This record gives sequence, structure tokens and C-alpha cells, in this order.
Amino acid sequence: MTIVDARPFLAVGVTLVAAILISFSRRWPNVREAWSAIASVIKFGIILSMLPGVLAGDVYTYTLCQLTDTVGFTLRTDPAGMIFAVLASMLWVPMNFYSIGYMRCNQEREQTGYFAAFALCMSAVMGIAMAENLLTFFVFYELLTLASYPLVLHKRNQDALSASRKYLIYTLISGQLFLVGIVAVYCIAGTMSFTPGGFLNSGMAPRWVLQAIFVLMILAGSVKAAVMPLHGWLPAAMIAPTPVSALLHAVAVVKTGVFSVLRIIGFVFGPQLLAEINIIDFVSWAAAGTMLVSSLIALRQDHLKRRLAFSTIGQLSYIVLGASLLSPLAIKGAYLHLVAHAVMKITLFMCAGLIIARTHRNNISELYGIGKKLPVTMACFTIASLGIAGVPFIVGFVSKWNLAFGALQAGKPIYVLVWVASAILAAAYLLPVCQMAYFRSDPEEKFRKYGAHSNAMLIPICITTIMAVLLGIVPDIFPHFYELSNMAARTICAGWTAGGWQ
Amino acid sequence: MSQHAPIFIVLLPLTAALLCMLFSRMSRNLGAYLVIASIAASLASAITVLNNVVAAGGKAIHYTMGGWMPPIGIEFVLDPLNSVLLVLITFISLLVSFYGLPFVKDEDWLHVGGYYTLFGLLTVGLCGMIATGDVFNLYVFLEIMSLSGYGLIALGGKKSMLAAFRYLLIGTIGASLYLLGVGYLYAMTGTLNMADLAALIGPHIHSPLFAMAVGCLIIGFGIKMALFPLHGWQPDAYTFSHPGAAAFIAGCMSKAPAYAMIRFVYYIFQVNNPVMRSALDIIGILGVGGMLIGSFMALAMRDFRRMLAYSSVAQIGYIAMGVAMGNMYGFIGAVLHMINHAIMKSGLFLVIGGIVYRFGVVHLYRLGGMNKKLTISTITLVLCALSMIGLPPTAGFFSKWYLMMGAWTSQNYFYMVVLVISSLLNAIYFFRIIEQMFVQREASLPDVHPHEGKLGLPVPMAIPLAVIGLTVLFLGWYSADIINGIIKLGLPEVFLR
Repeated sequence: MTIVDARPFLAVGVTLVAAILISFSRRWPNVREAWSAIASVIKFGIILSMLPGVLAGDVYTYTLCQLTDTVGFTLRTDPAGMIFAVLASMLWVPMNFYSIGYMRCNQEREQTGYFAAFALCMSAVMGIAMAENLLTFFVFYELLTLASYPLVLHKRNQDALSASRKYLIYTLISGQLFLVGIVAVYCIAGTMSFTPGGFLNSGMAPRWVLQAIFVLMILAGSVKAAVMPLHGWLPAAMIAPTPVSALLHAVAVVKTGVFSVLRIIGFVFGPQLLAEINIIDFVSWAAAGTMLVSSLIALRQDHLKRRLAFSTIGQLSYIVLGASLLSPLAIKGAYLHLVAHAVMKITLFMCAGLIIARTHRNNISELYGIGKKLPVTMACFTIASLGIAGVPFIVGFVSKWNLAFGALQAGKPIYVLVWVASAILAAAYLLPVCQMAYFRSDPEEKFRKYGAHSNAMLIPICITTIMAVLLGIVPDIFPHFYELSNMAARTICAGWTAGGWQ
Repeated sequence: MSQHAPIFIVLLPLTAALLCMLFSRMSRNLGAYLVIASIAASLASAITVLNNVVAAGGKAIHYTMGGWMPPIGIEFVLDPLNSVLLVLITFISLLVSFYGLPFVKDEDWLHVGGYYTLFGLLTVGLCGMIATGDVFNLYVFLEIMSLSGYGLIALGGKKSMLAAFRYLLIGTIGASLYLLGVGYLYAMTGTLNMADLAALIGPHIHSPLFAMAVGCLIIGFGIKMALFPLHGWQPDAYTFSHPGAAAFIAGCMSKAPAYAMIRFVYYIFQVNNPVMRSALDIIGILGVGGMLIGSFMALAMRDFRRMLAYSSVAQIGYIAMGVAMGNMYGFIGAVLHMINHAIMKSGLFLVIGGIVYRFGVVHLYRLGGMNKKLTISTITLVLCALSMIGLPPTAGFFSKWYLMMGAWTSQNYFYMVVLVISSLLNAIYFFRIIEQMFVQREASLPDVHPHEGKLGLPVPMAIPLAVIGLTVLFLGWYSADIINGIIKLGLPEVFLR
């Protein structure tokens, strides 16, 4: 049932208002951060209030105005978008408190701008998750680029400057290519509303045109999803404060990239057309290559955040690969991994941020024995690391299981091997961190100073770790990511049985 | 009253401009207030006209001067398209006239009066060019616009004399070419009325004389709108013009000739004949050249104003490209981009005027810390810059969207490539400025006019700045309404069939 309801826009608007209020509360830090916290809770509430309806098959839709003469500025909830919306708004709540703790512990400058830009980013993410058509999607996609740019530039030094330039170069170029793709899609199809199973078909344009459009659009998505060789901006953007790396560069921005890949594959072209025009294999190969190469690079990184960044690059490609296999289970696994990776990676990054804030050490080779000083943090770090490696009863396992079966279902068992290899590599680059923290003692007693302890940082870490474990044991626990992924995959693959499945 | 609104748009500023000196002699600022009031009234009339035209479903209003019926008499023809441009120009004129007040604060009556006389006349010229339905009358207004423009540019200071003189020489050639073209048309058809001309030109479209006339008109308007490669006069003129009026000059002076060109191409000559088709191809190539060369030149500039001047060359290229596509979306894109570009370029020059007023220098690499000193200017600058790059949700994105649609529909894929390249080049030089403002150490610039209150600028300057910044957002938000409600009502016949 389609219900006209402004709640999707409220979810976008609440953080927009918060961003404005934050900018005007420069002088009162507590008020400023209260706006941010209140907005995060309200936003999560608004999104949750739509969840039961979406699970029951309702669609909430609202058109605010016309974007162009024929295309509306429309948001709409569907299971796929709901996964992303719930995920981002859910993780923003603990992240907010963590941010406050982190920024205060480190006495960062320009905190007002930071919180305002952060809120703006969350608006953009909500818009991306619930966009009804490509143009609305694009508006928020570019807004996200703009809003996250000041966050990368946050430190205002030479490194931040070059990182932010790199970020802009990658994202703006990809945005423009995406725009060309959108124009082309609209001109050949006459519509651009996302439709499960795609709205393009092979009768609309010659095969090479469809292939060219697909390449343009998928390139754009792949830049934000950091598929190699388009990943250069992500390690550079690690210059940003750790909460930014955690929420944006592990959850929001990069997930926007994979989400747009999923949207393009599942809702613009559709598995059927992609199988016909025979180009999707390139995406699979790029993703598989990225998984292995980025893991190998991660092994060699000593800087903790950089190692996590390369791990992120590899894990994102799980999702891209899952989407590109075009089988229902693989697509379901892709959506599940979108959730799983977000929960685990945000935990890892928050731990890294806490370690940096308290010990002022950035390199893994310096983390002697911090397990004794920061027991809870390192426990959470270990759990999340195991999750990334795919150990059962942690959220990462569920998604990988589905992905592996998806590869079998698509008749491409070779990718199961890639996943296994990548999981082993993940264990190989993350567990040494834990070993360093627990089993090595500082030979020179060089690192003795520890910064102030902050519960505002520790509690969010525990919350996300608990989420990771709960989602691993009971995948369909509230907010029902498992069911939502199932619904999304089912609608995308509905009516297409060419692969031999039902 | 309402039926006389079309003539008031031009008549009121004209009267005020001519009386301005007299009033200034009586009391120093009285003339200025008179001109500002007349422009406000002119804006009100323009809005009335727009309302009437839209209410009439897009049917053009014909206003005949003194009851002399065309084709003998002169008439103003107001269709949805030019009424919206009239609103735009009088709106910007009003903002900038208000904005100019602090610049002439310390001048004597002669300079205040002279400045506002010229300003009023420039408004008259621009509005007249857009409103008129007579090709010779258009020439008269073109000259009014040019002469007052030369004056305002020459007022800018030391180097501006040379810039103004250069513009005068080149501009006169442009105007003469236009007159020649009109002469040819008159020789062929025996009429000067646009509607009449459109009806009578049919049998002559294959004659070489027609091609000659089209060539003269395109070069003439090309010079006036600074279409590449006829833009040589423009960077100096924009750079050295009076800082108070630069926003109006840079924002609007190229738009009236551009509109006149659209009017000739789409409403009088029609595009479905071989001469016009090749003319469109040439305009398109010039547009592409302008977009690329203008953007690259802008990258190389160190003076903020020169950079914007070259960026104008590029943006005029967008408009030319839209015109050249010859389909509905290209046309809409061109018209929308005229509106958007007028607003955003004025906005940027308003920001620059503020910097000149405060510090006296506008070096690109000495903008550090501007976000703290001139907050409103910074916000406006960022919005206008995003719009110039063409990023949503600002206005510039939407004109780019229609241009891209037009390019795909007319299968000029090359145009899409150029649009993308040009946006990216725009991004480079505008983000460079944003970086400068926010990241660089505070530039140690002596205040010419020291810090004034919280806004950093006097109120008459801060208000137009804020208004224009918001307008960039609103234009983006309401672009669909402008197109569906206004521009689509006034589409040329070619697209309606």
C-alpha cells in the first residue's frame, strides 16, 4: 500500500535544522552538542516509526516539489532504502556521543563547523537511502560530497589540504560522470524512478549504449565505494578526525557508494538486463581483485587507521561482488554485509579513535600492551576483528554465508574461494593488532602517558559491539535487517529465473 | 494603471535618471534616492507585467507608444520570456543600486548624481532592449546601454579609462554591425517591427543578403555579450569597472544582447532553414570554445575579478551552446542559465565589491580569514561558487541539467563532454578560493574602511549580499516552477509543433 507521508522528508529535515541551529550555537558548546544529540535521536525515531509499515509492505512516499519540469523531488521508503536509513540513523546515535567525547578529549578546533557538517552529512545520507528517483538521489549524493568535504579538511593543515583536494577530485569527477549517466538513462527510458528489477530494457537503446551508460554509472558508484583502482581518496581521507573516519568513511560515504552500486544494478538496470548485455563480469573481477589486493596492502600498513581503511576497501568489495553476481542470495548477502560491515567497522574505528585519544599512538607497532590499560576497548576491538574475519556468532558470518551461497547459486564457485582467502587475510591483518595489545610488553617503557578516560567514548563502543554480537546470533533481531534484506533481494530478482533458481 | 505597466518599466528609470543631476544639486543624496525609488517602481511594474502575461496564459502583451499602431509605430512586446528577464534585471538593478550607496558616500554631488544617472540609464538600456518589439528601437536602447556602461566602467579608477575606451571602440563596432544587419533586413522586407519581420522574412531566407544580415547580427551581439572569441574587451572592463556597479555590469550587461540574439534566432528567423542551421553550428562551436578557453584562462588568473571575467566568457559559452542545440531543452537551458548566471555572477561581484570596500585589494591569494571578517559575503560566495560549478541544490545545477538533456536529445554528445570538463574546471578555480578563505592564515590587509559592526560591511551592502545568496538557493528550488509556469508558456513556435 502506498501512503503519502512526509516522514521521509522529516528525517532529512531534522538534521538540516540541527545543522543550522548548531551553526548559531557557536558560543555554547553544550547547547550545540545537545542539538546534535537530540536530532540524532529524533531522526532514529522517525525512521523506526516507518519500519513496521515497510516490513508489512507499505510504501511511504512524498513529493516535496518538482526538481525539473518532469521529475519530482521525491522520497520513498522501500526495504532496500530502509536498511540503509535504519543503519545510518541507528549508528549515528552512539556516534554522536562518541564524537562529543573525542572532540573534547582532543580539544579540536572548529568544533561548530564539525558538528554542523556532520549533521548535514546525515541529512544527505537519509536522502540517498530514501530517494525515489535518480535525480533526487544525485542531489543528495552531491550534497554528501559537499558536506563531507569540510570534515576531511578539518585539520586545516597541508596534509588535510591535499587529502581534501584528492577527495574532491575523485568525488566530483565521479559525480559528473554519474550525472551524464542519469541524463542518458532519462533520455532513453523517459523515467528515472527506481524500480525493483530495473526499468531499463534492451529495447530502449543499442547494446553498446546501455553498456556505456552502465560503465559511467557504475564508475561513479565505485569511486565512493572505493573499488580499486578508484580507491585513492579513502586512505587519504583518514586524515579527518576519527569519528569522521568511523561514521563517514566506514559507514555513510562509502556505504553510499555501494548503495548506489546496488541501486544501479538492482533498481535501474536490473539483473535480467545486465545478464543480457554481458558486462557485469568486469565489476565482479574488479571487486574480487580489490578484495585480495587491498587485504595484501592492509597487511603492510603500520598506521592503524590506514590499515582499517584498506580493510574497509576490501570489505566494501564484498558487497559490490555480491551485487554483481546477480543471484538472489548474493544480493541478499550484499545487503546484509552492508549492515554487518558498518557495525563492525564503526566499532573498530571507534576503538582506534579511543586508542589515539588516550595514548596518542597511531602506529600498530607502538601498541605494546595496551590491552591491560584499555581492556574493554581491546576486547571490543578483538570481537569486531573476529567478525570481519567471518567467525560464526558475530554479524560478519551471516552475511558471508549468504554471499558464499549466492556465488554457488550464480554458478561461480570460484568467488567462494576469493571470499575465503580474503577472510583469512582479514584475520591476518587484524589479529596482529590484538596480539600486539595483549601479549607484548613495552621493552623501553617509552609509552606510559595515558590521556583522560572518557565514558562518552567507551560506552558507544560497547553498544556497537553488543549490536555486532546480537546481530550475529539472532540475525533477524530488531530492526529486522535480515527480513529487509530478504525482501529487497526478492523484489529485485522477482520474475527472473534464468539462473535456475526460484 | 496596470495596462501602462510595460512602459513604466523603462519610463520611470529614464525620467529619474534625467532628473537625477538636478535633484543631486539640491541635496547630495536626493538624486540617488530618486533613481533607487524609480528602479523599485520599475521592478514592481515588471512583476505586474509578468503576472498579467502569465495570467493571460502566455499571450504576449503589445504596448504601442502613443497609440501609433505597428508596423509604423514602435511597440513593446512582452511575452513570458522577456517579462521574466525584465523582473530579473530590475531586481538585480535594485539590489546593486542600493549596494552602491556606501561607495559614493564621500563623493560630492556631481559624482553621486553622475553615478546614479549612468546607473539609471544602464537599467533603461537593458530593460528597453529586452522589452522592445522593434529592431531599430532595440538599437537605440543598445546604445543607451553601451554609453552608460562605458561611463560606469570609466568611473572605476585609474586603469579603468583605458578599459572603458577599449570597450567603447570594440563595442561601437558591435553596435555598427548590428545596425548594418538591421539595414539589410530593412532592405529586404521594408519593415522594422519584429513580428512583421518574422512574417515577411520567409521568401528571403535563401538569399545571400539574409546570410549577410545573420552574420552581422551574430557578430554584433557576440561582441556585446562577450562571446568567445569576441570577448577581448571584457576582462578589463569587468576588472576595472566601478566596484559598486560591477555586479550589475557583469551580471546583466551580457544578458540583454544574449536575449536579443535568442529573440532573433528563435522568434524572428526561425531555426528550420539552412542559413540558420549553420549559424547555430557556428554559435555552438564558439560556445564550446568559450567554455574551454574561458575556464582555462580563469584558472590562470590571480586577480579575483579577472578570474570571474573569464569565467563569464565560459558561462556565456553555456548560453550559446544551449541556443545552438536548437531543441526545447537546449533553449530552456540557455534561458535558465541566463537567469542563473545573472544572479550568481552579480552575487560574486557583490562579494568582491565588499572586499574592495573593506580592504582595497582583491588578490586571489590574499583572502585568508575572510570567513571570520565577512561572514555574509563568505556564505554568498560559497553558494554562488557552488552554483557556478553546477552542484545541486543551487541554481546552476538545474540549467546544466537542461543543457545536458538538450545535448543528449540533439545527439551532440560532444557538448556533454564539454559541459563536464567545464564544470570540473569551474570546480578547480572556485574550490581554490574556498580553500583560500577557510584554510589560509589570515591575510594581513589594512582596512580601508574599518570594521563596521557585526556584519563587517555597512547595512546597504550586507542586505543585497544576503538577498542574492538566498536567491541562488531559491532559484534552484523553484527552477521547475519557473520553467513550467513561465518559460514553457513562452517557447518559440518551432518547439510547439
